[in-house]
Formats: sequence, structure tokens, C-alpha cells
Amino acid sequence: MQRYRTILPFLWGGLLLFSVSSAGEISIHESTQNLNPAAIERGKELSLVCAACHQPDGRGMDLPAVESWPRLAGQNRDYLVAQMKAYKDGTRENATMPIYVNNLNDEEMMDLATYFASLPMTEADKLDEIDEAQYKRGEFLVQVGDWDNYIVGCSKCHGQDSMGVGATFPALAGQHSGYIIQQLEAWQENKRQNDPQGLMASIAKRMNAEDIEAVALYLSQQSVNKAHQTQPDENSPTSHQ
Amino acid sequence: MKRYHRRRIRSFALCGLLLLINTVTNLAFSQLTKMGDELTEDDIAMIQALAPNAPLPKADELVHIPPSIHELDQDDDLHPKMKEAILRGHDLFINTQQLRGENIFNNLTCASCHMGEGRLPFAGPVWPAAIDLPNYRGKNDHVNSLEERIVGCFTFSMNGQPPAYGSDDMLAISLYLQWLAKGVAMYPEAKIYGRGYPRLPEPEMAPERARGQIAYEENCALCHGINGAGVVESGEVIFPTLWGDASYNWGAGISRIFTMASFIKHNMPLGLPNTISDQEAWDIAQYINTQERPQDPRYTGDIKETLALYSDTFHKHTMYGQEVEGKILGDHNNTGEKDFLMPQELRPRDFSTRQK
Repeated sequence: MQRYRTILPFLWGGLLLFSVSSAGEISIHESTQNLNPAAIERGKELSLVCAACHQPDGRGMDLPAVESWPRLAGQNRDYLVAQMKAYKDGTRENATMPIYVNNLNDEEMMDLATYFASLPMTEADKLDEIDEAQYKRGEFLVQVGDWDNYIVGCSKCHGQDSMGVGATFPALAGQHSGYIIQQLEAWQENKRQNDPQGLMASIAKRMNAEDIEAVALYLSQQSVNKAHQTQPDENSPTSHQ
Repeated sequence: MKRYHRRRIRSFALCGLLLLINTVTNLAFSQLTKMGDELTEDDIAMIQALAPNAPLPKADELVHIPPSIHELDQDDDLHPKMKEAILRGHDLFINTQQLRGENIFNNLTCASCHMGEGRLPFAGPVWPAAIDLPNYRGKNDHVNSLEERIVGCFTFSMNGQPPAYGSDDMLAISLYLQWLAKGVAMYPEAKIYGRGYPRLPEPEMAPERARGQIAYEENCALCHGINGAGVVESGEVIFPTLWGDASYNWGAGISRIFTMASFIKHNMPLGLPNTISDQEAWDIAQYINTQERPQDPRYTGDIKETLALYSDTFHKHTMYGQEVEGKILGDHNNTGEKDFLMPQELRPRDFSTRQK
């Protein structure tokens, strides 16, 4: 404050008169805020068929080495809608999902997504024994990234606590490891091509099997930061696909 | 004759041993320091992995891939206290927001522009500063130290108040840069591969704001927002703010169109370096850098006077003082989120009066 004391009054005046655009801080909502209660109700009824795999509370299911169904509970509404549309238009390949999604219209998809978005976010089972070296590798890949192989850290887009950013970058913390592995492989094999600008595929293709397993282990073991659940926010740059 | 032979054999053996140690070291620390024409196929593969689609080194260029912080543990030659200080420097470098309100006043980190922890070519690698300073810099027309160079980043790019000369944070940051330069001789004569943000070829069409806006909205807005605000969550920068009060000021190196164009081309969109066209990179740079941002800390109170002082060395490459959509850019007293214009650390040096 000592420096430039003489021009300070003039600066303050300038600050009042002139304001450059303000920077955006994403506002964080409780999971049910901003979600239409009627849509939640309609979605709940429609969701009975989903519950067989994704479970009534939306926690999904992880059968190691068999199949893994993602947790949907608390996931960003608009992200969920975009995924259903991707199954419909074939940019996301899956053996079973199109059967269910093809019959849904836009409103029904929105209702279902609203319902699952409204549920409290669940966590994957915590493992009793963890391979420490693998976990550390996962933490490094998520938080910093392996720049020697241009593997950008997951946190760079999905957030420091992996709780997702806007409608484009889903929450990963506490997601089932089997599902994360499945998806990274799907991107590698072009079975999933619904990532905007090919951002995820480019990184997934630079990962090897050990990288993928390490990332999946680390992410699945993270706790959910409920204060950080992102839900539709018109001010967010990533709220529209 | 015999003795000579023996000596030669011994020196060959020594060379071999050194080579072996060097190979093992390279393996352990993924570090590389060679001239372009000395690179092996493996070296080139390594460079292609960390700088996808980037131009390869020329024969007469010095290539240095710094050690990685994640291998610091394995370096038995370093005193544990050194490791602590290097780790602190690295942490400040990637988690720079911990200095928010004290040393930095915008939504950026060092690593926002110096991608890959400051190690990558074409992404403003930071180690060259450590082996090329003290040196003369045109920007301020005097001889600069390494700490002074870092003061520049804090003053302009972070729109901030630099840590004090000689402070713990300043030492930690300069040490991190110095450590990254490990193995490179001081003041190398060769051109450094991927130094700074190498200037792109001139675009076919002069960079244009309107075309830039279209390309920006297609390639950048997904993360940085239509309004350039980016995303900050719980005090952490997810996507950096590109213009406005919370971005770099008019004195930042990246406010120059050619610097921003090269940054974009070689580093953006994140994960997809060297994928957009040169023309798009120039146009997007024009669009971003014709937006308003905090005042140049060297502002004299008069834009024409400031422009006259710094045009040749800097502002001829920016749009500062130029009219865009009916407004003169930078013609204001807005210092962004800080309440001062210029930190006292930014001061001239002159040795001419001290000559004997």
C-alpha cells in the first residue's frame, strides 16, 4: 500500500467507474436444488426398469471381472441426459442400454436424469487391502498427470476432488473401478465417441493397462464431497453441450 | 606406444562406464540433455510422447528434458533438505492459488501457461531461465537475475505482488527452476529446442477478431466459457480465466498476439496439442487479446505516454492502446483485483554510473 500512494485515490475512482467483466465462480448447489420436483417424481416412476442394474438408490453394481454398472446417483442431470442421447445416436456403444433408451423421448430422458441427479451420491465399496504402489500411481495420474506421456491429470477437467465440473465432466469420485476401466477401454477402442472435441479419447489412448487400473483404483476409493456436487447452473460454461 | 594404447583403452573403458551410468541415470530419471543430431530413436520416441505432433528437434538445437519431480525420491545425491525445498517450489508452481490475495490476484497458476509442470518444450519450459540468467532482457532494458525474471511473472502474468527477493518462496521457486535445468551448462550457445512459445509462421490472412471468436467458441468455450471466465471451484482454478479482472494484465508476455498464438497451437485444446490450424491459433489469439484486462503495471497514468515508452520493446505486439469496437484497449485505471498498480520489486537497474 505504500507504493503508489499518490495514484491510489485515482485508481480507486477508476475501479468504481470502470469494471472489466467479472470472473465466474461456479456456484455449488445441494443435489436437489435447481431440480424440478415434478420431474423427479415422473423420473422415479420411469426408473423402476433401471433399478435392476443401477439399483433403486442409483448406486450401480460392480461385479469384478464380469460387468459393472455405473453409479448414477447424484450425477449431473445434463450429463446423464447427454449419455442417454449418445446411446440412442450410437456414439456410445453398449449391448443393453440402447434397448431401454430407444423408447424414451426427450422429456422422459430429462425426467429420468433429474430423478437420478436428485439422489444422494453413493460410494463404491472401500477395499480392505490396497496395493499401495498402484494407488500412488493412480493418485499421481489423477492429480498431476503423466506429462512424459501427455496424460493430462483427470483433476484438470473433473475437478481436484473428482466431483465433476459442469455437465461435460462427470463426477468420478467413488465411482466403481470396473466401470471406469470399461469406459477408458471403450474410448481406446472407439466404442465411446461422445466426448466433446475428442478430449477424453485423446488422453485415454495414451494410457496403458496399468495406468487405467491405477486410475480406476484411486478414483473408486475416493470419498464423495457432497458439498461439491454440481448440478445444472446456467452460469457454468460447461452446462451446455 | 604401448602406454598410449593402454591409456586409450582405459579412457574408452571410462567412457563406456560413464555412458552406462548415464544410461541408467536417464532410465531412472527420464532426463535427457543432448544436441539434436545426437538423439537416438528412443530419444525421439520420448520427445514425441511428451510433445505430441510437435516439430522435432533440429540437428543444431539443444534438447533438454528435465528430471521429473515424481522421481525426486530416488535421487540419492540430493540432501533431504534440498528435496523439501524443491518440492515446495514445485507445489507453488502447480498450486499457485495458495498465494491468492498475497502474491497473486487472478485465476491462474504458473502451470496454466507452463504446461506439464514447466518441463515441456513449446509450453514455456521454465528451466532455460535458470541457465541463461543473469542476462540482458529487452523487455526492461537491463540485466536481470533469475529472481527478477520470476518477479516479472508475478507482476504481469499473475497481476500480483511478487514474493520478496530472497524470501523462502522465492528461493523455492528459483530452486525448482534450477533443478529442472540439471545437467545443462550455463549460457549455452546453441538454440534451445522448444524454448518459450516458438513463433508460428505468419498466418495467410492477418489475424482477425471475428474469425477468432467463431474458432474460440468452437474450440475453447467448452471449458473457458463464452465470456472467458473459466471455472474456479472452491478456490481452485479448474479452467483459467482468459480476460477480465481475474486474468493476466496488459504487461503479461502472453498478451502479445504471437505468444498467445503459439501457446494455443502447441498446447490447446488441453490434451490435443498441435491439432488446430496456425490460422485458427492466430485468430483465437487476436480474439482473446483484444479483450479488456487489468492495467499494465508500468502505466504512467496516460495510455499514449505508456505506449510510447513500451511500444518498441513490447506493445507493438499487443493490442494495448488500439481501438477495438469503438474503445481504446487499456485506457482505464482498473488494476483488477489488486489495489495497487506496480510492485516495488519492479525497478530499473543501471550500472553505467558505477563504471570506474
